[in-house]
Amino acid sequence: MENAQYLDQLLFGVLPYLALATFFLGTIQRYRSQAFTYSSLSSQFLENQRHFWGMVPLHYGILVVLAGHVVAFLFPRQLLAWNGHPVRLYILEISALIFGLLTLVGLLTTLIRRLGYSKIRTVTSTADIVLYLLLLVQVASGVTVAVTHSWGSSWFAASAAPYLWSIVTLDPNISFVLAMPFMVKVHIVNACLVIGFFPFTRLVHILVIPNPYLWRRPQVVRWNRAQDVR
Amino acid sequence: MNVRSQVSMVFHLDKCIGCHTCSIACKNIWTDRKGTDYMWWNNVETKPGTGFPTRWEDQEKYKGGWEKKNGSISLKSTDKKRIILNIFHNPHMPSMDDYYEPWTYDYQNLFNAKEGPDQPVALPISKVTGDHINVESGPNWDDDLGGSPIYAENDPNLKGLTEQQREHLFAIERLVMFYLPRICNHCLNPACVASCPSGALYKRGEDGIVLIDQKKCRAWRSCVSACPYKKTYFNWFTGKSEKCILCFPRVETGQAPACFHSCVGRIRYLGVLLYDADRIEEVAHLPDEELIDGHRSLVLDPNDPQVVEAARRSGVHDSIVESARNSPVYKFVKEWRIALPPHIEYRTMPMLYYVPPMSPVMSERNDKTVDNVSDSLFHDIEQARIPLKFLANLFGAGHEAKVVYALRKQKAVRWYRRALTVGDVTLDEAKRMLAAADCTVEEAEAIYRLTSLCTFDERFVIPPSHREEAIEMMEDPHERRQSTGFGFLAGPRRGL
Repeated sequence: MENAQYLDQLLFGVLPYLALATFFLGTIQRYRSQAFTYSSLSSQFLENQRHFWGMVPLHYGILVVLAGHVVAFLFPRQLLAWNGHPVRLYILEISALIFGLLTLVGLLTTLIRRLGYSKIRTVTSTADIVLYLLLLVQVASGVTVAVTHSWGSSWFAASAAPYLWSIVTLDPNISFVLAMPFMVKVHIVNACLVIGFFPFTRLVHILVIPNPYLWRRPQVVRWNRAQDVR
Repeated sequence: MNVRSQVSMVFHLDKCIGCHTCSIACKNIWTDRKGTDYMWWNNVETKPGTGFPTRWEDQEKYKGGWEKKNGSISLKSTDKKRIILNIFHNPHMPSMDDYYEPWTYDYQNLFNAKEGPDQPVALPISKVTGDHINVESGPNWDDDLGGSPIYAENDPNLKGLTEQQREHLFAIERLVMFYLPRICNHCLNPACVASCPSGALYKRGEDGIVLIDQKKCRAWRSCVSACPYKKTYFNWFTGKSEKCILCFPRVETGQAPACFHSCVGRIRYLGVLLYDADRIEEVAHLPDEELIDGHRSLVLDPNDPQVVEAARRSGVHDSIVESARNSPVYKFVKEWRIALPPHIEYRTMPMLYYVPPMSPVMSERNDKTVDNVSDSLFHDIEQARIPLKFLANLFGAGHEAKVVYALRKQKAVRWYRRALTVGDVTLDEAKRMLAAADCTVEEAEAIYRLTSLCTFDERFVIPPSHREEAIEMMEDPHERRQSTGFGFLAGPRRGL
């Protein structure tokens, strides 16, 4: 095999597993030993105006885009069927692009806010900067792909989804990826980096979304007695 | 009847001299860490004034607490739907600008400055960024009515006062003020607890102290918006919310909280109240004018055999019931009814009560002479320099009756004592006043004693914490011995 093939094998066949292993081991270990550090580390208190224009587009944008990826991964056939009708394809493509751009705008606003306000700079760590750069590459490459290689929702279902499934089923088939354009490859490799870096960043707040909140009673009382008398 | 015990508090405002010793005692113990510099778990505000954070009582702006709509109550801006939608940006959260940017001074410059024609000065430096800052405001910027045209006149409690009343209140040389020391109220229906998406906030079952689980807090920040008293603070460094813990490590070991212990004016009282936890929801739904009576009706009589029996069933230890019998708070709140909850209209059912302050009589006559003689016994309460309406906005949900009752009783006790010690009032007249103020001679003596002569042990009746019943005490002592006392303590920090 040539060097390029080794590299492909490394980037698309090995790196995803390294990333996933780091992700699971890292987050679990951090939760067990350093629960205190699981926080969204909000900086709204220090700056309340720009915060809105960064956080809201960033979060709503990325939530929709990520959901799109997950749906395409889980239900590729249904997605292809949906896209069979051009109007539905256009609607999907345009809304995906809009939310992608929303994410990008939010991310850029956040980055500018991070570096532009001295108060916010004091609560910005090196890990934050690395993370923002990774995310920027991820979102920018995603948007570039969406613009330059149209009908992504269809070809994702046809070739990216099988690749991802091959990773999940522990039988990596990188041939799906090799034929893809450069930007898509960047998107995939960088995604692995984000996932691998995830446990060491503020991103862990995604894992502690407030789930019992919606159905718990309003008031919380904790007893420090061995046997609750009530 | 579900009996629970609550460590409750009374602040006697007539005795507060505004010395801020309480604030300093608290700060030195709990909030001198990075990220907490700006927090004042205990602070003392000058009233009329805008308080801390600025205009915290303005719920049009901060949208804290509960509100009653169509017969049911909900959090004003932090109910579940709105928290989920606004979790990325909390629209009603105060920012550091509403408090102040903490600072210190560049003292090193006094030693290290190069020789020059001027004396070196210690310039203020931000404790957030470390840069030089131009200090424009800070906590207690309006202390003792400093800058009152800007601050005092913006007090939200001036709502509903007539033009004339405002004019009198702010006329130079007739200015009047009192102090309002504030800590967390450790409410029965806390908005902060109800709003937390992570369920990190909780009320301790045994003594009702409201705490934030630092390991569960994820910085969703809803408690900061939800607390109408703005007594949960956001630690911008660790990304966790923090609040007054009523010095629980001290209370558990039988000591008064630091702010109580250090109080120079001896204005603070602490003791147990037994309450009926089953009725909290019902009382929180009452109309505004019935809230104070309703809130008071939650408090149970520890001498009532039925209550004692119910307390036993609910697992409240006999020693705590005994402690409740000696509670100074019970006397002020339930027996004498001269201590009132602050802003009960927020419906969080605060368990810190205030004895409203007396103030000098208006003493305005056409010929500019001071004349305090009147046929009316309580004329100086109606004509007090602090308008009743102002006190009613603070302590009576806008209704004056409860405040008037508390002030009349205090006044009658004073006149009664005056008759005994000074003699310029006849005992007959004093007793007439007592009767008019719904107060017996015995009660007057008791109020006098607990107000003026109170010893440390009379002011602070701290219930036993029964740590011997705590969960950790049920563990195998051999195993527990192996797992404690050796290891590494890590200070709080930001992220990994």
